[in-house]
Amino acid sequence: MTQAATANKGNSKPRLSDELSNDTLLGWLRSMQLIREFETRTMQAYQQAKIGGFCHIYTGQEACAVGTIGSVNHDDPVVLAYRDHGHALARGMDPKACMAEMYGKAAGCAKGKGGSMHMFDKPNHLYGGHGIVGAQTPLGTGLAFAARYEWEVLGTGSKKVCLCYLGDGAIDQGAFFEAMNLAALYSLPVIYIIENNGYSMGTAIHRHSANSENLLARGQAFDMKSVKIDGLDILNVYDQFKPLVDECRDLQRPAFVDFKTYRYQGHSMSDPQKYRTKDEVDEFKAKDSIANLLDHLMNERECIDEDSWKAMRKELAAIVRESVEFSENAADPEPGELYTDVYANPQPNLSPTAEYRHGAKNPLL
Amino acid sequence: MTTMDLHPASIENVPQPDFSKPLPSREGDRVIQFREALREAMSHEMRQDERVFLIGEEVAQYNGAYKVSQGMLDEFGPKRIIDSPISENGFAGMCTGAAMAGLRPIVEFMSWSFSLVAADPILNNVPKMLYMSGGQFGCPIVLRGNDGAGGQLGSTHSWCVEGLFANVPGMKMAIPSNPYDAKGLLATAIADPDPIFFLESERMLGDKAHVPEEQYYIPFGKARLAREGDACTLVSFGRPVNFCLEAAEKLAEEGIEVDVLDMRTIRPLDIESIIESVKKTNRIIVVDQSWPFAGISSEVITQVCERCFDWLDHQPVRVNTEDVPTPYAKGLEYAYLPNPERIADAVRNILP
Ligand SMILES: Cc1ncc(C[n+]2csc(CCOP(=O)(O)OP(=O)(O)O)c2C)c(N)n1
Ligand SMILES: [Mg+2]
Repeated sequence: MTQAATANKGNSKPRLSDELSNDTLLGWLRSMQLIREFETRTMQAYQQAKIGGFCHIYTGQEACAVGTIGSVNHDDPVVLAYRDHGHALARGMDPKACMAEMYGKAAGCAKGKGGSMHMFDKPNHLYGGHGIVGAQTPLGTGLAFAARYEWEVLGTGSKKVCLCYLGDGAIDQGAFFEAMNLAALYSLPVIYIIENNGYSMGTAIHRHSANSENLLARGQAFDMKSVKIDGLDILNVYDQFKPLVDECRDLQRPAFVDFKTYRYQGHSMSDPQKYRTKDEVDEFKAKDSIANLLDHLMNERECIDEDSWKAMRKELAAIVRESVEFSENAADPEPGELYTDVYANPQPNLSPTAEYRHGAKNPLL
Repeated sequence: MTTMDLHPASIENVPQPDFSKPLPSREGDRVIQFREALREAMSHEMRQDERVFLIGEEVAQYNGAYKVSQGMLDEFGPKRIIDSPISENGFAGMCTGAAMAGLRPIVEFMSWSFSLVAADPILNNVPKMLYMSGGQFGCPIVLRGNDGAGGQLGSTHSWCVEGLFANVPGMKMAIPSNPYDAKGLLATAIADPDPIFFLESERMLGDKAHVPEEQYYIPFGKARLAREGDACTLVSFGRPVNFCLEAAEKLAEEGIEVDVLDMRTIRPLDIESIIESVKKTNRIIVVDQSWPFAGISSEVITQVCERCFDWLDHQPVRVNTEDVPTPYAKGLEYAYLPNPERIADAVRNILP
């Protein structure tokens, strides 16, 4: 019996995700659990004031980053908002570089200059987390522009698709409408993934966006293929998202995804969450995406059992713990780093206060 | 009263506070937070004038992202305390139109950093409306929010917009450094018929001081001499005034006494008070939490050179944030900002 057939045990309708190997899905489970473990430690470190600034936890939304990034190629560009630790890890960023960045250490992915909201990883084609709501949406259009240009004009690249993530709050920004229009007008391969967790900070979506029941109309207005995806079931994410990626890549055109998901934690680390009930949170926790996938792998594919799941969790916990220890002991940025990385071509007299210099090499490069 | 019966473009039709009245005492035991002082100023003006309303992200049901507007929804209702989507360009522009039509919007930017999304309405429309309509349409709007770095928020969230924005004629800019001034300056801002850029600081919202219960109006363009001395003039505004006072405290232990001038408003700039102090101390240091290049510190020093060059015994000095984007790492960020040590060093270096 083929693996695809066993995968679908007890489920009559064949699904695209049936074709995914056990190894791939175990990898996704691992990736989601890594993010969850990582975020738990992130919260602890924040509470101990080891991490500063604004810090946004991804817990609950793991199936989005892992399922969508799992549906594209490694060299497809990715750009996102500030809730970015999960995508960075899913993209393959070393947890040490991610944690050290939040600790503000020189070994962080942005040498401690960026912080939680700015996960950049060039070798992993991750063009950053971005703090200004909506700012990344024209950037995503631009990454798609470059990808198409590279393929079509320079003749050096293959057909790529850019994944551009935004929150439901970001759909209200004018920049997003301009970005969508440009992408559609120039037929650029970018997929706008709206991680619709129902809230923009403390404002429920129906209070911040008109006709919010029908977000797809916005993509459709620009003649983009527009899809609603239940994002709590990662198999379903793949079933719906993968064909969309293939189509956007093939036809080099944009798409719009209303990705239904939910965040378990507050908006940021300082959110009393009076705008929602505990019951509501529990209701979503009962549909947890990690538990969902685990259940499928244990009971339908029968490729993992309690013991190996326990072992996996233990191993991941150790990896995350190591990233914390690494960050605790890592060096602070040199004071001189203040005046580096400001210019790629630092010339004299650019500033009345000091001369700019080239910076130390980024640890990821 | 009907909402549209006052012509916002003319001061004659806008009753102004009586600035000749002495201000209430700064001393007293009614101690409240900076954020409450702001709230009191707004609530009082809203009770007086139905044209005034407040709009911004999370200002209503969430009671303010930083709790400045806490309780205001309960008092004034959702028609006057309005939650907005994350659409700065949209709601700032909308309020520009509403102000042209005679309303008196208070726009809260969660952070001035986010106002850059609204650069066109607030820089290209708001301050120019009266001029380009030949005096027909004013724009009585108050734009307010948190300004400045200091919480490890990184490069995009740490803007000090004063240097960038004060460049535009047609706007007025107030930057309080303490709760008492916050209330009195915001009250004046709301009453004024011109557009006001009102810069608060998230780092100061919890600061406590005596604030009188009554509404009072601090005139724009009148600096406050926060501390007296004759060794040097320290000119500052907003949060760094407090760093200057800390530095002055330290210097006093060394027998060095300085004038600390809290400018309160940048536009209008009380250059007369600066000159008066410089004529006494013959030395000036400007402490400015925005960047040095073409900023407020450059402006103040230029005006001092233009007006009392001969009174200076030392070249003017400025202490700014370092001339780089705001770094995240705690140590780097501290070194980046003006701080009491840097200010005290600047004073020691300027003395004979
Ligand atoms: C231009 C701008 N305005 C306001 C903010 C403050 N802010 C940060 S996140 C946020 C809510 C965004 O919600 P959403 O887009 O749904 O993303 P989520 O946090 O749910 O992932 C707000 C108001 C900002 N960072 N940038
Ligand atoms: Mg959201």
